Amino acid sequence: MEPTNVKNPEYYHKVVDCQYACPAHTPVPEYIRLIAAEKYTEAYLVNWESNVFPGVLGRTCDRPCEPACRRGRVEEEPVAICRLKRVAADNKEDITRFIPRGPFPPNGKKIALIGGGPASLTVARDLAPLGYEIHLFDEQKAGGGMMRSQIPSFRLPDAVLNEEVGFILNMGIHAVFNKRVESLKAVADEKYDAIFVGTGAPRGRDLSDLPGRSEGAANIHIGIEWLANVAFEHTHAIGKKVIVLGGGNTAMDCCRTSRRLGGEQVKVVVRSPFSDMKASPWEKEDAMHEDIPILDNHVPLSFEVKNGRLTGMTFDKVHPVYDENGKRKLVSTGEAPVFIEADDVLIAIGQENSFPWIERDLGLEFDKWGMPVVDALTFQSTMPNVFFGGDAAFGPKNVITAVAQGHQAAVSIDLYCNQKSLTERPSPFTNLMSTKMGIHEWSYDSLVVNDQRFAVPQAPKSETLRDRKKEVELGFDVKTAFQEAQRCLNCDVQTVFTEDRCIECDACMDICPTNCITFTTNGDEADLRTRLIAPAENMSQDLLVSATLKTGKVMVKDEDVCLHCGLCAERCPTSAWDMQKFLYNMAKPASYLPSKL
Amino acid sequence: MTYIRPAFKHPHLPKNQIGYTAKDYEGSLSTLCAGCGHDSITAAIARACFEMNVQPHKVAKLSGIGCSSKTPAYFLGNSHGFNSVHGRMPSVATGANMANRDLVYFGVSGDGDSASIGMGQFVHAIRRNLNMVYVVMNNGCYGLTKGQDSATADLGSKSKAGSINPFQAIDLASLAVELGATFVAQSFSGDKQQLIPLLKAAMNHKGFALLNVISPCVTFNNNPGSTKSYDYVREHVEATGTVDFVPEKSEILHSQEEGTDKYVEMHDGTYLKLHKLDQHWDPEDRISAASALQHARAKGEILTGLLYVHTGHPDLHDVLGTAGKPLNAMLEKELCPGNEALQEVNAGLR
Ligand SMILES: Cc1cc2nc3c(=O)[nH]c(=O)nc-3n(C[C@H](O)[C@H](O)[C@H](O)COP(=O)(O)OP(=O)(O)OC[C@H]3O[C@@H](n4cnc5c(N)ncnc54)[C@H](O)[C@@H]3O)c2cc1C
Ligand SMILES: Cc1ncc(C[n+]2csc(CCOP(=O)(O)OP(=O)(O)O)c2C)c(N)n1
Ligand code: SF4
Ligand code: SF4
Ligand code: SF4
Ligand SMILES: [Mg+2]
Repeated sequence: MEPTNVKNPEYYHKVVDCQYACPAHTPVPEYIRLIAAEKYTEAYLVNWESNVFPGVLGRTCDRPCEPACRRGRVEEEPVAICRLKRVAADNKEDITRFIPRGPFPPNGKKIALIGGGPASLTVARDLAPLGYEIHLFDEQKAGGGMMRSQIPSFRLPDAVLNEEVGFILNMGIHAVFNKRVESLKAVADEKYDAIFVGTGAPRGRDLSDLPGRSEGAANIHIGIEWLANVAFEHTHAIGKKVIVLGGGNTAMDCCRTSRRLGGEQVKVVVRSPFSDMKASPWEKEDAMHEDIPILDNHVPLSFEVKNGRLTGMTFDKVHPVYDENGKRKLVSTGEAPVFIEADDVLIAIGQENSFPWIERDLGLEFDKWGMPVVDALTFQSTMPNVFFGGDAAFGPKNVITAVAQGHQAAVSIDLYCNQKSLTERPSPFTNLMSTKMGIHEWSYDSLVVNDQRFAVPQAPKSETLRDRKKEVELGFDVKTAFQEAQRCLNCDVQTVFTEDRCIECDACMDICPTNCITFTTNGDEADLRTRLIAPAENMSQDLLVSATLKTGKVMVKDEDVCLHCGLCAERCPTSAWDMQKFLYNMAKPASYLPSKL
Repeated sequence: MTYIRPAFKHPHLPKNQIGYTAKDYEGSLSTLCAGCGHDSITAAIARACFEMNVQPHKVAKLSGIGCSSKTPAYFLGNSHGFNSVHGRMPSVATGANMANRDLVYFGVSGDGDSASIGMGQFVHAIRRNLNMVYVVMNNGCYGLTKGQDSATADLGSKSKAGSINPFQAIDLASLAVELGATFVAQSFSGDKQQLIPLLKAAMNHKGFALLNVISPCVTFNNNPGSTKSYDYVREHVEATGTVDFVPEKSEILHSQEEGTDKYVEMHDGTYLKLHKLDQHWDPEDRISAASALQHARAKGEILTGLLYVHTGHPDLHDVLGTAGKPLNAMLEKELCPGNEALQEVNAGLR
């Protein structure tokens, strides 16, 4: 193999598994160390710079970082990255003085944001300090999009959402609520320099063709509409027996909300097998903890209506059959249809985009699925001054994806307004710094603790089921937070190898607790991977390969299960290994972190 | 401050035939200087034991005094160990071996421990053909006492402080060949590819096996002008060839015999496969081994690899006709056979 080019910032970035997996590339180990040091404000700001909604995300994030966490490859469970974020949010001091506050000297450009969800709010935050005049329109009565209308208060208290939406709106954004945009053309005619569409995926799927749908309509609800009605306090109750159709997170929120609105026998009924359900494992656990059974492999056949009133539903029992390509088919077991009683049914089987307000003759192309044609790098549509982001761009995802796309769209808008090429993206900010303090001393906690993942305590069910707004999770206390933070392996503290210092004494290879390092003759990657002390079978993890050393061998390090314990550097007589902290910040139009916190 | 080895290991570490991973042959974390050659040798011993599928509790590690003699703490943490006094490891090894012939004995010593204070013990262990692997971690100095020249320091070698060694070096390998050691090898701590097979062969050799391993002292003897530094040794090693330990006879039939390949049968039907680089040298011929060593020395080279091997020579147990069972496996009846047996012994001595 060719020597690894560590000058490319993406090499070390990829070693920081969590940060790499985070769509917004939040410097996770950096903030976890700050939490361990009880520097909650700093930890919060590191988050806020990257993901804009640390308090919201510390409670609700889909956490793609956690399955990626290195800790999960050396023991049972990843670090509780997400819930540590909440600790920073819960314990921070008043941070208003650290947040850029207008009025900012205007740069003469005007931007319209359609929709006030996390995507639009991110664009607003990223552009406002540069002097852009920002007009935001949303049909809801307050900002936050689905964070407000969909995510229930028992998972995300209003106060937390309001604070973080407020940080942005207080930057001098011209927000117009209760205002639905009915025509893109009308907005375009207002002579904005750029328009950002962050309208989400607002339409819930229905089962219109199922027998009994129209007869039972009074007691059949579309999940996301129902949740919004609950959130905006138009709906206060539901029947005692409730069926929730669907296996995603919306279904989990529907069933748990039902339990709080009077539902006593609430059942989730899903077509697929339990293990294939879209909902996150922790959401399923939380639902089951609230005495909600999940019936899998049940395909809806009909709504049953008697005397004009919904009585329940019938289902066909199925089992999954997989073809040679692993594609799943649900095949009927041939048993008699199953009847399940219900006073109300919530349909939570997915969301769709819908753009009835965008005229099709403006030059904004749509594909055959009715989705706008959007560039995956720049988020520009085929109308050069119109950009998309969040669920509106590529279908429903989650808050952190909306934020990440908002950042990219903001970069594009800034480039566009300055007549620069949108494909020449600004480089990330990076920094690499030695952590060596002395013998056996590093400026990070190199000790690898053996603790298993700590569980987040919850309020008793007897209290939470009685009050829709009572938050279920209590969050880590600071002592547990410290212990959980110590589980982090500091993957951003990189093992940096300087070949011309190496005397090939093998000390690092011998000491490494997880056998990451091998000195051997070079070969191509596939061959090298089999010849290491421990085989490098995880193809998603790179090999760090040195240039040829004096004896003709090369140093090969498999990044897969490196514990970043620093023992290699500790045992190296010549400091050919050094532990260096790598900071990577995704490029944004402006930097928010004060240079000295 | 942290210097603690994490408990985690690689999740897919290969296992040997008895179900252990290489981790199970590790000891506690080394306290030697970072980069010390001794640590590489202990890693090689641990690896050899893993590859030879030995039960850790079937190994005894014995040592004297020195950085080298400290190392038994740093490998095979689940084996028996005895850290004796300076230069006295061979006596303790002899006693232990006499009591229990079923263990694999690793004597770990330094050039100071063996070539100075322990010289008398060293030569007698060879003379008796004690069944053990005797590893000298040879750094040409007394590392533990801050780097004074040892008896294996070469004439003219420069110390870290700049003084030139005025004395002749004792060549432990030549001495061992001369004394009739039945397995003599030389290697370099920085060459595990050579060292591990040599260790495996030595473990399987019945009789005294000397492994004189050049092992740079990074702190006191790795300076320019030293003849035991990483750089100097790498520039001056000359291998006799390669050696492989072949546990199954069948494997030999599969491999192509080359002109330079030679198989040496060991006492238990296993083989050593030697690939010779020098046609004139015959590892089973003492005179040829002695002359190869002298030639290398004259050329200023350090000859490594297997130098001499002689299988079939009786070891100390054979010579003394001791019981086949270890003492700790005997019952009281066997250990104290009673008055009648005692009378018989006494009668025989009259
Ligand atoms: C029940 C449910 C639970 C969820 N839970 C989570 C969770 O726990 N964690 C997570 O990460 N994600 C969750 N999500 C997904 C997440 O809410 C969305 O992915 C995210 O909010 C998308 O952000 P956005 O900015 O693209 O759009 P949205 O948040 O959808 O915001 C779009 C906004 O645009 C407004 N709008 C739409 N059309 C117009 C128009 N024509 N004129 C004016 N305004 C308009 C809407 O009213 C809305 O306020 C959940 C989704 C649902 C449905
Ligand atoms: C009887 C006795 N004499 C002297 C010493 C002091 N002493 C300790 S270690 C050592 C030399 C060790 O040299 P070597 O065996 O080469 O080991 P190294 O540290 O170089 O590995 C000496 C002389 C001692 N401990 N005991
Ligand atoms: S930091 Fe060094 S010694 Fe520790 S696991 Fe990584 S490569 Fe191995
Ligand atoms: S410990 Fe240092 S000098 Fe020794 S082999 Fe490793 S990198 Fe090279
Ligand atoms: S003093 Fe020399 S021999 Fe002793 S541990 Fe240090 S490097 Fe090794
Ligand atoms: Mg010595």
